[in-house]
Amino acid sequence: MPTGRNLVLSSSPHLSTGANLRKIMGGVLFALLPAIIASVYFFGWRALLIIVVSALCCMAAEAIWCAMSGKVVWRTVGDLSAALTGVLLALCLPVSTPLYILPIGAILAIWLGKQVYGGLGNNPFNPALVARVGLLIALPAALTLWTPSRGMENGAYPERSIFFSEIDAVTCATPLGVAGITPKIVGKSVEAQRNFEHLSSREMLKKYFIGDRAGSLGETSVLALIIGYIILVALNLINWRVPLFFIGTVAVFTGIIHFFFPGVTPGPLFHVLNGGLFLGAVFMATDMVTSPITGTGCVIFAVGCGIVTSVIRIFGNYPEGVSFAILFMNALVPLIDRCCGHRPFGYVRRRKKAETDK
Amino acid sequence: MDYMVLLYAILLMGIAGIILGVVIAAFVKLFRVKSDPRADLALELLPGANCGGCGRAGCADFAKALAAGEVSPANCPVSSSEQISAISIALGIDSGKVERKQAVVLCRSFIGEVRKMNYNGVQDCVAANMVAGGPGECRYGCLGLGTCARKCPFGAIEIIGQVAVVHRELCVGCGKCAAACPRGVIKMVPAEAEVHVYCHSPIKGAEKRKMCKAGCIGCGKCSRMLPDAVKMDGFLAQVDYESVTVLDQEAVSAVKCPVGCLLTADERLTAAYNKLEGRGDE
Amino acid sequence: MNKSSRNVMTFSGGIHPAGDGKDLSCRHAVRGAPILERYFVLLAENAGKPPVPVVKKGDKVKKYQLIARADGFVSANLHAPTSGEVGGIVEVPGPMGVPAAAIEIIADGEDRGDPPFDPIENWETVDPEILRQRVIDAGLVGMGGASFPCHVKLSPPADKKIDELILNGAECEPYLTADHRLMFEHPRKVARGAAIFGRILGVRRPVIGVEINKGDAIEALERFEDHFGVTVVPLKVRYPQGSEKQLINAITRRTVRSGGLPMDAGCVVQNVGTAAALSDAVMKGIPLVERIVTVTGDVVVSPGNWKLKIGTPAIEAVKLAGGVTEEPGKLIFGGPMMGFAQKSFQVPIAKNTSGILLLPTKLSVNYESSGCIRCGRCVQGCPMHLMPCLLSTAIEADRFDLAYQNHVMDCMECGSCAYVCPDHRPLVQNIRRAKAELRKQLANNGK
Repeated sequence: MPTGRNLVLSSSPHLSTGANLRKIMGGVLFALLPAIIASVYFFGWRALLIIVVSALCCMAAEAIWCAMSGKVVWRTVGDLSAALTGVLLALCLPVSTPLYILPIGAILAIWLGKQVYGGLGNNPFNPALVARVGLLIALPAALTLWTPSRGMENGAYPERSIFFSEIDAVTCATPLGVAGITPKIVGKSVEAQRNFEHLSSREMLKKYFIGDRAGSLGETSVLALIIGYIILVALNLINWRVPLFFIGTVAVFTGIIHFFFPGVTPGPLFHVLNGGLFLGAVFMATDMVTSPITGTGCVIFAVGCGIVTSVIRIFGNYPEGVSFAILFMNALVPLIDRCCGHRPFGYVRRRKKAETDK
Repeated sequence: MDYMVLLYAILLMGIAGIILGVVIAAFVKLFRVKSDPRADLALELLPGANCGGCGRAGCADFAKALAAGEVSPANCPVSSSEQISAISIALGIDSGKVERKQAVVLCRSFIGEVRKMNYNGVQDCVAANMVAGGPGECRYGCLGLGTCARKCPFGAIEIIGQVAVVHRELCVGCGKCAAACPRGVIKMVPAEAEVHVYCHSPIKGAEKRKMCKAGCIGCGKCSRMLPDAVKMDGFLAQVDYESVTVLDQEAVSAVKCPVGCLLTADERLTAAYNKLEGRGDE
Repeated sequence: MNKSSRNVMTFSGGIHPAGDGKDLSCRHAVRGAPILERYFVLLAENAGKPPVPVVKKGDKVKKYQLIARADGFVSANLHAPTSGEVGGIVEVPGPMGVPAAAIEIIADGEDRGDPPFDPIENWETVDPEILRQRVIDAGLVGMGGASFPCHVKLSPPADKKIDELILNGAECEPYLTADHRLMFEHPRKVARGAAIFGRILGVRRPVIGVEINKGDAIEALERFEDHFGVTVVPLKVRYPQGSEKQLINAITRRTVRSGGLPMDAGCVVQNVGTAAALSDAVMKGIPLVERIVTVTGDVVVSPGNWKLKIGTPAIEAVKLAGGVTEEPGKLIFGGPMMGFAQKSFQVPIAKNTSGILLLPTKLSVNYESSGCIRCGRCVQGCPMHLMPCLLSTAIEADRFDLAYQNHVMDCMECGSCAYVCPDHRPLVQNIRRAKAELRKQLANNGK
């Protein structure tokens, strides 16, 4: 017979789903696997080295902080959130990134991006993006040194000459970089328009989709990222609206500009398939901590991200604007959450009637 | 040429600064809120802890009331007597006289002395007390989750071995802890009172003994030996704080409370620390 | 076959507890229990004023005899569960964790007593007022949850027109199967009870809402649909379907306004157990002295349902179920989602105790949180469409005003949010604390 010796008192409910933080973070890491495999395929084994070292650095940074601030180290590191940040950070760096940059990035991400705000859940900005933008601004040379992908090194790459300068065959340009610099060199001319058409030829678009282009480790293969998106949605780890509306907005916005001023920027398909848009939209903007809670909020957030991205890409100094856009919108999340609260059950729109009832 | 750019920048910022400064100054003059200079003076002299111990919303509110003559400086429980006299001199009013209070936690159920049940949830006494009346068999004792300690603006309460203890030298008697305690274990007593019965449970001695080794068993020894100062309230001895008899260390040692419930505040603190370090003889 | 092709209804929000533990007990028929030596009939119900004892120590009582009389309108009568002697008014561990007053009945083992009321065979034609008086006499209370005296809901103010009567057979709480077995084994009683409720309120066709995971119960009830003029409505399996406001919304699509009662939407909801008890009170003339209780849990040797007398201590119920395989980590009265954790096995069951649940430590949730990651699952799961994560963070920072603005008072503490929270945050407990604090503040402001 029971004695009641071990009875625990707690508030209801007494059950829970088996979910925990580690499973959530692990699920996202699992969804990143296709992108990781693609990065290794297109950029070689060094890609894997960068990803692993970055993840380890982030975990070390987290462990050090927790040890210093008296938190339980195994619990915070064990929830895999630091590992996920590390992998995401690595995936938005080029394969040529020197290894010494990774610990700097880890410290930026974990300490400056997360722990100074009070740890996981309290950070207003996506830690991986904080680190990536920090590094990009502090060390622009190392972070924009693009190595050609697997296919580009073989001869049969379409429009090869656009990406390689005459004096350099080790590094090359990204399609977005080319598209961004073109109007500055040749003006908004017919020549620019022709150049854009080369960039967004059917063959090139196919390469972009598969991922055979210069760029950051994880961003190139749109195919792998779409698989990741499906995994994330299937596991209910993200709000499915965010990537859809983010990418959709970019397509619509650039499409309109391209339609009226074809010499200013390439077409929407080029924009959607290039740069870090898919990586950002699927894995960065959907970060639970830094995105709105409600569905409506997520739509507003995603559309905002899309607009800012397009504006930076077309009119800004940087060829790519995804990370800036997401960070910018991250700052607005508390506001969005405030404006997009649910109408609770039992409240009618007509306020007056409810009051007279009382 | 470069120097000119520099110069322009400096000039631009300088001029903008001057214009903005003038605008701000104008606004300050225009929209100045008239405040009572006496209240400002009083506010400067007040401690600024905003503890609410005076019953007002904060020091500014109290200063206003001081200037209006609604309260006397002694109503501030935090200020020392020198500070109070400084305020009364500055405002030219009588310093008044108010009895100083101090908080005392009337429970000494150290870990193991009372069966505190496994509790899983919000680490807050109010929240815990709502789950099946709180963890632990005694429903009068200190829960030890530290809500009072967090509410204390002066850091005067420490949780030692799952029970709250007041540091007398820090307590100013604002009463925030007593208001926060869901079980009413904390009592505000006159600051001169040194001896307390460290138990709060009115239930029968035998039943109490089953669940807690530290509680008052209601033997009545103290009230017989010190009839003026200690009264029996059912099964619980209580120090009569209204009485004129001031209890001290001698009185306590004369009684020799069989469970050790009758203690001076200093003894209580020392005992708590000793037990925490395993030096306890009880 | 139009019956089976009926629309399966539900509400928005809520959760679907996987592995709901109903299999443990739902296939075993309800069993009777032997007479115990002592019963402790709790005086204080959870809601309403406690009744006043009309017996004293040493009195001989018969079964069904009135032992405590309702004190005021929101209060219910208590009757002796068995024959014997009154042992006095004693303090026992109460279901809310604090000692509670109870009338001790020392049984003589004969369990004898005559039904104190006359059967009302012609309830279909009799004055509804007589039936309502029977509800009061028999001490009926809501047997699903808060133990609210039943007749209060049956006496709507003149300006509120009641046109829907819903019998709550959702039993959405995991593990519990008491209502399921009742509907399956005594469909006639349940349907008749529904019809009597309908007669009292003047509702033409009462509906019985049952979740579709109780297919056999739905089938059983459907056989009596035409006979008693009731309708069985199948409901999707979704928690908290058994909550009044959600059930009304699921079946009638009406919305009970915030702060309002079901009556405001023209609805009255009664539990199926109450309906069965009413049927007994009307047809047999016996008051409410026993109920079906699910004794279950993963550490119970042979879980099942038992017909227990009100006042049976929990330990006796556990004994009936063969004891435990290991020392339980939690003793819960009610279901795992909204039930109350108990401190002691001596707590007696009351009229609203639908289940006694024993969970092992490893199965019960461990509220150890590292921080909200704003995943939004609680927001999706909240049937009241609140934002529990934001409420909880506000409350942890003692910002009760912010919680109030975000409608914390509308929370019904169903636990869906804390159930789905991947970080195991004590969301419900935080909200409870805020509600208590705010009620205190509101009361102070009202002065």
